[in-house]
Amino acid sequence: MKPADNPALADDRVSPLWHAVPWLLAIAFYFMAAGYHSLGTSILVYILLTLSLDLALGYAGIITLGHAAFFGFGAYAAALFAIHVYSEPVTGIIVATVATGIFAALTGMLILHTQGVTLLMLTLAISILLAEWANRAHTITGGEDGLRVTMGYVLGLFRFDLWGRVAYLYALAVLFVWFLAAWSIVHSPFGRSLDGIRQSPARMRAIGTPVWWRLVAIYALSGAMAGTAGALSAQTTRFVGLNTLHVLISGIAVVMLVLGGTKRLYGAFIGATIYVVVQDIAAKINPFYWMFVIGGLLMATVMFLEGGLMEVLDIVRRRFRQLFARVKS
Amino acid sequence: MQTAVVILLDGLAYGMVLFIISVGLTVTMGLMRVVNLAHGAFAMAGGYVAAVLVGAGMPFFAALAVGTVAAGLLGGLSEIVIFRPLYRKGELAQVLMTFGMVFVTIAGLTFFFGTDIKRLPTPDYLSGLVDLGFRMYPAYRLFLIAVGALLAIGLWYLIEGSLYGARLRAAVDNPRMARAVGIDVNRLFTITFIGGCALAGFGGIIGADMLPLEPFYALRYLVPFLVIVAVGGNGSFKGSFVAAITLGVLDTAGKFLVPGIAPYLFFGLVFIILLLRPHGLWPAKGAG
Repeated sequence: MKPADNPALADDRVSPLWHAVPWLLAIAFYFMAAGYHSLGTSILVYILLTLSLDLALGYAGIITLGHAAFFGFGAYAAALFAIHVYSEPVTGIIVATVATGIFAALTGMLILHTQGVTLLMLTLAISILLAEWANRAHTITGGEDGLRVTMGYVLGLFRFDLWGRVAYLYALAVLFVWFLAAWSIVHSPFGRSLDGIRQSPARMRAIGTPVWWRLVAIYALSGAMAGTAGALSAQTTRFVGLNTLHVLISGIAVVMLVLGGTKRLYGAFIGATIYVVVQDIAAKINPFYWMFVIGGLLMATVMFLEGGLMEVLDIVRRRFRQLFARVKS
Repeated sequence: MQTAVVILLDGLAYGMVLFIISVGLTVTMGLMRVVNLAHGAFAMAGGYVAAVLVGAGMPFFAALAVGTVAAGLLGGLSEIVIFRPLYRKGELAQVLMTFGMVFVTIAGLTFFFGTDIKRLPTPDYLSGLVDLGFRMYPAYRLFLIAVGALLAIGLWYLIEGSLYGARLRAAVDNPRMARAVGIDVNRLFTITFIGGCALAGFGGIIGADMLPLEPFYALRYLVPFLVIVAVGGNGSFKGSFVAAITLGVLDTAGKFLVPGIAPYLFFGLVFIILLLRPHGLWPAKGAG
């Protein structure tokens, strides 16, 4: 098997030092990018959302356009918990994550024996239904107006400051915890069985894998993670609105994932960063440019670069190795 | 009773528009098993072309013809350039590509026409009211129902009665077998794709009254179109007709009678149907 056939294995060949790079960059950003911390936080939120989609769509091959439902569910859960129960963020994010995970498990049980267009339809339908409900349940969700949230101190110690520095570090910590979890899931036997299910559910069933349960499990995990992303967004912006449930969020998550590269975890980092930066620049020129840019990027990725931008890095790395080998000999 | 008749007529007109637009999608998705989220873009393209032409003073029916042909040409072009390389790729690539197309059309249309609803006035002699005996009813809706019914009969004859139809049915049920007996499935697909897009354009134009033209059109009505395909069954002409009409009538009735819970009722029903019959009501035989 060529290493390119299994990116999970390809990752392992890289020197472990490389794994520190994205995190060092994130910390460097904290010290260098004064004034851009809230942009940085939204990048981290999107990375987490994309990472969650990578588990379901990239690794397990669950074709979904419904991750906005989980993102929004988590966001509203965190906001409602902070308003009505307890405003400490860490407790809130755990509650929101668990709640979204349960919601994802229940919906997953309903829909995961379908495939292809039907599955796509059902995931879309769930997110639209939820958005419709949020729009109507004015007394609970605030409807069109959304909800304003006042957050307590993180762990009772750190206050979310006006410049978003604490929020940035808080988001980074949450992302790191989930990344470790995702890493161990993907490299566990369970994760490998997902690889098999993506390639051929029938054969996996034939060798005795409980396919449906595995899919429900990863869907629930992925949903919980997307819920965390939503909760982070609600807590750090101290606001949650209907746009967190919009289909566009699902679309954006898919765009970021594919742009960065599926099935390689770090693809989410590259994809989400580039997306948010491009959107920030393009939206300043004209809000509709970014839709054009994103649509164009999507089409170009499918046509020319199926592995996403991570594949470009791979190619560059391979070229360098060849170059070094030649220089040595 | 009178309300029931009005609901039925409104629902029928709406259902006919949905049917005209999505029948091409059903057949092409069944034929090539290719996921196409951009079908609404062709309906929208037809609608915008016609709206511009009518705005420039062209008579409605001439604009209808030009818009239909334009949508068909656009469909043919994108089949060759965009869809052909997609057949071999997975569902994910198809979803992404066509989703990207939707984004690009939204941005493009906004750039040229702005975000406002593009008006497509219907001709004077169709925009009056007709006396139904117990109340007045918009003539244009009756016209829509008639056109939809005629088209459905024509298409039914085309698919059940002609050689083209026989080939199409064979290819939908079992593409590999169809190839083996010498049917050029790729050409068949191109022709069907062009036809389906032209029909979508046609539906986009005459249905502009019920589905208003605006840049987000392709995204807004994506769900009803996909529902029709999924509920009717990939590749099933009969399925798409029944699903579209049922959807139209149910949706209208829901909005009239129980406005609060209409969307839940509707999606709830779709949900149950798809859970019981994941391949739709009338799945293509090969899809099993």
